[in-house]
Amino acid sequence: MAIELGLDGRIPAGPIAEKWDNHRFNMKLVNPANKRRFEIIVVGTGLAGAAASATLAELGYRVKAFTFHDSPRRAHSIAAQGGINAAKNYKNDGDSIYRLFYDTLKGGDYRAREANVYRLAQVSVEIIDQCVAQGVPFAREYGGLLDNRSFGGAQVSRTFYARGQTGQQLLLGAYQALAHQIAAGGVQIFPRMEMLDLVVKDGRAAGIVARDMVTGEITSHSAHAVVLATGGYGNVFYLSTNAKHSNVTASWRAHRKGALFANPCYTQIHPTCIPASEEFQSKLTLMSESLRNDGRVWVPKNPDETRSPDQIPDDERDYFLERRYPAFGNLVPRDVASRNAKRMVDEGKGVGPLKNGVYLDFGAAIARLGADVIRERYDNLFEMYERITDENPYDGPMRIYPAVHYVMGGLWVDYNLMSNIPGLYVTGEANFSDHGANRLGASALMQGLADGYFILPYTIGDYLADKLGESPVGTDDPAFREAEAGVTDLTTRLLSTGGTRSVDWFHKELGKILWEHCGMERSRAGLEKALSEIPALYEEFIKDVRVPGSAATLNQSLEKAGRVDDYFQMSQLLCRDALEREESCGGHFRVEHQTDDGEALRHDDEFSYVAAWGWGGTPDQPVLTKEPLEFEYVHPTQRSYK
Amino acid sequence: MHLTLKVWRQDGPGSSGQMVTYQLDGVSPDMSFLEMLDMLNEQLTTSGEEPVAFEHDCREGICGSCGLMIDGQAHGPQLGTATCQLHMRKFRDGDVIEIEPWRASAFPVLRDLVVDRSAFDRIIEAGGYISAPTGSAPDANLILIPKDVADTVFDAAACIGCGACVAACPNSAAQLFTAAKLAHLNLLPQGQPERWRRTEAMVETMEDFFGSCTNHGECEKACPKSISIDFIALLNRDYLKSKRINRRLAAQT
Repeated sequence: MAIELGLDGRIPAGPIAEKWDNHRFNMKLVNPANKRRFEIIVVGTGLAGAAASATLAELGYRVKAFTFHDSPRRAHSIAAQGGINAAKNYKNDGDSIYRLFYDTLKGGDYRAREANVYRLAQVSVEIIDQCVAQGVPFAREYGGLLDNRSFGGAQVSRTFYARGQTGQQLLLGAYQALAHQIAAGGVQIFPRMEMLDLVVKDGRAAGIVARDMVTGEITSHSAHAVVLATGGYGNVFYLSTNAKHSNVTASWRAHRKGALFANPCYTQIHPTCIPASEEFQSKLTLMSESLRNDGRVWVPKNPDETRSPDQIPDDERDYFLERRYPAFGNLVPRDVASRNAKRMVDEGKGVGPLKNGVYLDFGAAIARLGADVIRERYDNLFEMYERITDENPYDGPMRIYPAVHYVMGGLWVDYNLMSNIPGLYVTGEANFSDHGANRLGASALMQGLADGYFILPYTIGDYLADKLGESPVGTDDPAFREAEAGVTDLTTRLLSTGGTRSVDWFHKELGKILWEHCGMERSRAGLEKALSEIPALYEEFIKDVRVPGSAATLNQSLEKAGRVDDYFQMSQLLCRDALEREESCGGHFRVEHQTDDGEALRHDDEFSYVAAWGWGGTPDQPVLTKEPLEFEYVHPTQRSYK
Repeated sequence: MHLTLKVWRQDGPGSSGQMVTYQLDGVSPDMSFLEMLDMLNEQLTTSGEEPVAFEHDCREGICGSCGLMIDGQAHGPQLGTATCQLHMRKFRDGDVIEIEPWRASAFPVLRDLVVDRSAFDRIIEAGGYISAPTGSAPDANLILIPKDVADTVFDAAACIGCGACVAACPNSAAQLFTAAKLAHLNLLPQGQPERWRRTEAMVETMEDFFGSCTNHGECEKACPKSISIDFIALLNRDYLKSKRINRRLAAQT
């Protein structure tokens, strides 16, 4: 494995609180009349993509927005439940930009860039203003002011929310701003179009190749710059809380064209999901982390317990989070809560028919606050739980278990959100930038909107300013022809394999390998096993997959097959990165590296860097480049939530 | 459970379709309806047939992608529930289940159970937004909104844009969808400056695609978010007022 040193994140100089201001002043500007001379492709219409498309068009740029959904409003940001953080300090409880910065950096286990995280905390304040102006119906107090709640991993109340559907309301705000710009002519929308390749010409991003998912037509689109806002790769595990169509394809194909993939092993396992019930399970459902504000997590002390939860007296219950972490209790960060739940289940104390969950109990909160208050806060979540499990959480505790939820890793970007390919920008969950090794609750919505509304629209001008007068590369250029041919070849290969097993079958098998060896706990032996099993299964996939139908129609099997092909390659990088990182940090827990009482043990002297991987021609030959992380303001310590 | 499924199959937008019968064994009551269809598709794929195309994504009842007529009911028999959240425990062993796409001329079938709902996007583009260019907003707490207004607005804003209201309506009207967005924006202080222009534009765009409301109330019953038909009364009132106010405003310019 080759290692290259010295990747530069291009962090501006100066004191941390002034970096972003100084940088905005120093960046080149495109004058308002010239903005319409530039075309920008934005792939994805979730929070990061829709916010960027709308804002860029408001500024005057000509935007082409692509989504594989039938409508921009369907992007998976819509499913985010809990809330969005902002350092407004409306609760007067000591919050500040610096505290949000500090919490986010600490929560990420000191594996994110200080400058990026500080900027995120700065613009968080503007996001709330922007969303309220758009009409996002955040929760209110009786006096008409905005309400806040505390959320996993924070000791201040800085989370803004809209019942349990915050992501939906924020996305609809961004979608409506986008719809406004579509109607105004600033954005041309391409629904049901899936990006299948990035086109790079003379070392710069020149455009994309996409497939019309209804007619099967493959077309090329060029622009002065390309923005990928295509979400995360959690579905590589098959079972996750991600929407079924969320995938890594756009990112992965950009990676194969030269974009560095950073920290793929930083995957977040969310503690509060409904446990899997059986083999046919197609996805896992998240129960918002906000439930941990009022719910108490416990298991019976006796592994052979057979009584129903309401019959088990308090002194025979183990409230293991409260016991181990008296300061944060049930509100410890996600990675800590998940590992502790796994430990309980591994000790045989799991609950439910398959003994694969722990209780999340609202009994005390209902007794203290009354059922009406709980209903007001969580009713849609309780209803959802009952629909799925047929159990009523007002009567007895929920059963929860961790599931893959979010990925902190993604394409490498510099401070400007530009990848190492000039002209290729990456925003939202698709990039690696702000969450380090673990993301705090209510921070994903913050980052997606920060990137889309307030960061990318400024930084992209710095790149474009020099290109005034240049036309985008023509789509008749050989670089586009070649990329189209590559896409057609893969489609033909997948359709003509004529094997015996479905795409889903392979995807499930891949997911099992990853969950077993690269899930909540990882070991050298397990990762090496995964790295031998995955290529073997991939070979079988290439020989034995059956993709029915044709290339020239709506063909969901074909769509899935291309994505799973990418997962087979990407998963190898995920395991290799996990193997290479000989420490535990945030969502990456290596059993060889833990403290005496089982907490994650970092090795800052050796691993305080971003692992940015380049494509080496085949999935098993990645090239590692390191970007050192330097901490000027927050001194890394072992995270403690006790 | 053993089920007999009668499923609408159609090759493409221009082709004619038909109901095709399939037998499915080993269905568990804990499966979601879509997991039952996954099982059918697995069976079809391995036996060399083309699987049934259907829309789905989040499978948590929030993205609005899924939507099937199940035994003639939009999203099936459970009130306030999207197809993806419907579970097979609501059916019985031996049931015959008919599965069709949304039926409305404004939602043409693309393939099997997949329809084109882009007419909804045209309604939003016509005015379903508050103009607030990025960066122009005042501090969030400068805009006070009484809690009961915020709650009502949220009830309307909960719409997931699935199209069940249209599919359930004998007239294929989109009043509930349009009314929900209008109520969300028209009841907020931020939404006042564009209220009348928004209302007229959205209602008239809606009428370009969809039928008229004759107060059947089927939409509210089919809505997976149980959005109230009361919002349609608000739409009607605001539309009438918008005709008068917009004319007066036009006369002043």
